Amino acid sequence: MIENFARRVRAAALGAAFAGSLICGAASAQTLRVVQNGNLTILDPIWTTAYVTRNHGYLIYDVLFAVDEKYEVKPQMVDKYEVSADKTVWTFTLRDGLEWHDGKPVTSEDCIASLKRWAVRDPMGQKLAEFIKEYKAVDAKTFQMVLKEPYGLVLDSIGKPSSNVPFMMPKRIADTSAMEQIKEYVGSGPFIFKQDEWKPGEKLVYLKNPKYKPRSEPASGMSGGKVVKVDRVELIEMSDVQTQANALIAGEIDMLEQPPHDLLPVLKADKNVVLTDWNPLGQVFVIRFNHLQPPFNNPKIRLAALYSMRQEDYLKASIGDPKYYKVCGAAFICGTPFGTEKPGGILITPDFEKSKQLLKEAGYDGTPVLLMQSTTLPVLTNIAPVTKSLLEQGGFKVDMVSMDWQTLVSRRTRKEPPAQGGWNVFHTFSVSVDALNPISNNYFVAAGEKSWFGWPTDPEMEKMRDQFARESDPAKQKALAEAIQLRALETAQFGWIGQWYGPGANRKNITGWLTAPVMVLWNIEKK
Amino acid sequence: MFAFVVRRILSIIPVLAVVAVCVFLMLRLTPGDPAAVIAGDNATTEQIADIRGKLGLNEPIYAQFVIWIGKVFQGDFGESFFFKKTVAELIAQRVEPTLSLALCTIVLAVLIAVPLGVYAAWRHGSLTDRIVMGFSVLGFSVPVFVIGYVLIYFFAITPWEIGVPFAFITELFGKQPWFTIDLGGKWFPVQGYTRIGVSFANWIYQLILPSITLAVIYIALISRITRASVLEVLNEDYIRTARAKGLSNRVVLMRHALRNAAVPILTIIGIGIALLIGGAVVTESVYGLPGLGRLTVEAVLSRDFPVIQTVILLFSVVYVLINLVIDISYTLFDPRIRY
Repeated sequence: MIENFARRVRAAALGAAFAGSLICGAASAQTLRVVQNGNLTILDPIWTTAYVTRNHGYLIYDVLFAVDEKYEVKPQMVDKYEVSADKTVWTFTLRDGLEWHDGKPVTSEDCIASLKRWAVRDPMGQKLAEFIKEYKAVDAKTFQMVLKEPYGLVLDSIGKPSSNVPFMMPKRIADTSAMEQIKEYVGSGPFIFKQDEWKPGEKLVYLKNPKYKPRSEPASGMSGGKVVKVDRVELIEMSDVQTQANALIAGEIDMLEQPPHDLLPVLKADKNVVLTDWNPLGQVFVIRFNHLQPPFNNPKIRLAALYSMRQEDYLKASIGDPKYYKVCGAAFICGTPFGTEKPGGILITPDFEKSKQLLKEAGYDGTPVLLMQSTTLPVLTNIAPVTKSLLEQGGFKVDMVSMDWQTLVSRRTRKEPPAQGGWNVFHTFSVSVDALNPISNNYFVAAGEKSWFGWPTDPEMEKMRDQFARESDPAKQKALAEAIQLRALETAQFGWIGQWYGPGANRKNITGWLTAPVMVLWNIEKK
Repeated sequence: MFAFVVRRILSIIPVLAVVAVCVFLMLRLTPGDPAAVIAGDNATTEQIADIRGKLGLNEPIYAQFVIWIGKVFQGDFGESFFFKKTVAELIAQRVEPTLSLALCTIVLAVLIAVPLGVYAAWRHGSLTDRIVMGFSVLGFSVPVFVIGYVLIYFFAITPWEIGVPFAFITELFGKQPWFTIDLGGKWFPVQGYTRIGVSFANWIYQLILPSITLAVIYIALISRITRASVLEVLNEDYIRTARAKGLSNRVVLMRHALRNAAVPILTIIGIGIALLIGGAVVTESVYGLPGLGRLTVEAVLSRDFPVIQTVILLFSVVYVLINLVIDISYTLFDPRIRY
């Protein structure tokens, strides 16, 4: 009887396998199927800072400079560059054979227009633009950036690896106002976007660019030869993380950008799936105070809050496995050129009694602070309850309000008092590569209304950041970075609550996933 | 009848008017700013304000409403804030998976639930009746996503050797199940959707698990109502008369009992179709189907106002039309009903 049953079921299974083969037939071995963290809705990487859009940008656009595995800036589209003796004229010469996807050559004018559009939107670009006197197109392949005075972060700015990345676009597209989204997606990068196959919420398709000429150096980080080893990439949109994991286990997709930590044991247990630590810098958690509203408009009360914080409590609550987090006091990220923990970095030894004493001295009247908790981003959900508990132990009264992430990002723009729809404190996280120096690290901006949410004002901090931007000597830059970090601690500008990592997951037949601050899909082979 | 149909179709207009005003106001008055979502996490307050201006969200609410409703009257449902595609285009892309899922689910549910309910009523009080009713309670109680994940575990990601799906036995007791038979690979895909025009075989194959998942609750619902309706009819005098005339059980059941019990069954099927839209949201997420349910959830989460407004208007029209069809279908089963 069992045999009879088995025969029937086997027949059904064969039928299913046949049908399965019909489906798999559409995707050959050369199609790489990838699920990113989040759905890709906006395709203009200059218009939004969304990381999924940045990743899309890296597929179809190329960059003038890029960071390698050691976070050193290397030429990418640029063949050679020179700096004048007075460091005010930078001359860039493009590589031979660079071509847009529509077959036209990449020119200096294209690059100048692209840099100008990027500089309207990106904070590092805006800072750079303050120093630029003019751009000059010397010839079709050579252009100059003429500065009003020397600027220490020219290459760091135009080689910045994360949002907004200065991607190069044809002039006719880059001339679009930076306040409008582009509607044509033509780059010179290693993949060509198949706009006609784009099904929003379903998938995006990219084909290998047969005319792309990779650099001769081996790929390293975001730099080097971008050699494409698959014919087609499909970014599959899948909102449910459990379904993503199931699809990877079933072999229906090849790569998951960063599955949540609670699914890692499930993925690890599957013999056909491997976890890949592609982003060794990971991400950082941050706590932002509203400097405009009481009580956190008082630096002493912000300092009291910092005395209540203990980084490891947050990391244990949110990440759990110590393998995936690091207690680190370097606000420019541990293990990077400006990352320093001297004398204790940006961390204070937790002391609840000291916190209570500071609150007393500052005259805290016991008004509850409004803490916004995001309930829809799993990695942030457990963070706010820790803050509530720690602040209460430190003498604060806390009103924790739960909301979805989109409501939080809307509410954090409001400067009114909490009772009128504003807020006092919230948490966020960003990729560490966005935080490598005092100019790219948004959390250090203390220019009042122009600052990131929380709007701190500290002229001294701005002066120091400006000095850092002008300085070109690495040793002096490092000293300044240390001083800036110390200043942020003294003024309790924000709370630094930990560095964490999330590996990617891929099928075993996928090799060549590069170690880089951004998920890149060149160099990847599907066997 | 014709006048009734026209009247009911015209009734869509006030329904849509109320829905349009309510949805528009609710979206504007609840927290959430699409500009902040569009701008991304690193954007500054200034950038968000710029985007808000570009989207026209700085206009007074009544002005925004007048602009929107004016365009709707011209058949222009606007453009998604995010995708930069027209809402009509987005909905056109997403409507097929949802309709397919709804169709397969309701066909499956009716084909299974009505016979089950009739049989349970016929065998009232028997073990079969209790099993059907037990299943019904289970179907109501287990959330759709749990059914989905369980089906995926057993039929999509676990290689089908008999015994292996019961790997938890090994985990619990440290022993292999007592027999294993290799039955080949995994039976169904975890996720995805193939359009019917591309391949009918793949279309039906990829809808099997999602349809079963979503059908469970409707099988429970319809079988329970069918049982109750048929049971009530079976106690009527005309059934006794039919039996006394010597008609066979099949004829009594099909021609006399089921036909007279049809109105509540049709009503619950109609309600079920309307409720399917809600169930489809979860099922589409679990199985990665690019349907209207997922589009709605994504639009709500990102505050894509034009998409939310249009989808809800569309759902309202569908509800009204489904109810109309159900009302008309009553006349087919009960000649006493006339409009």
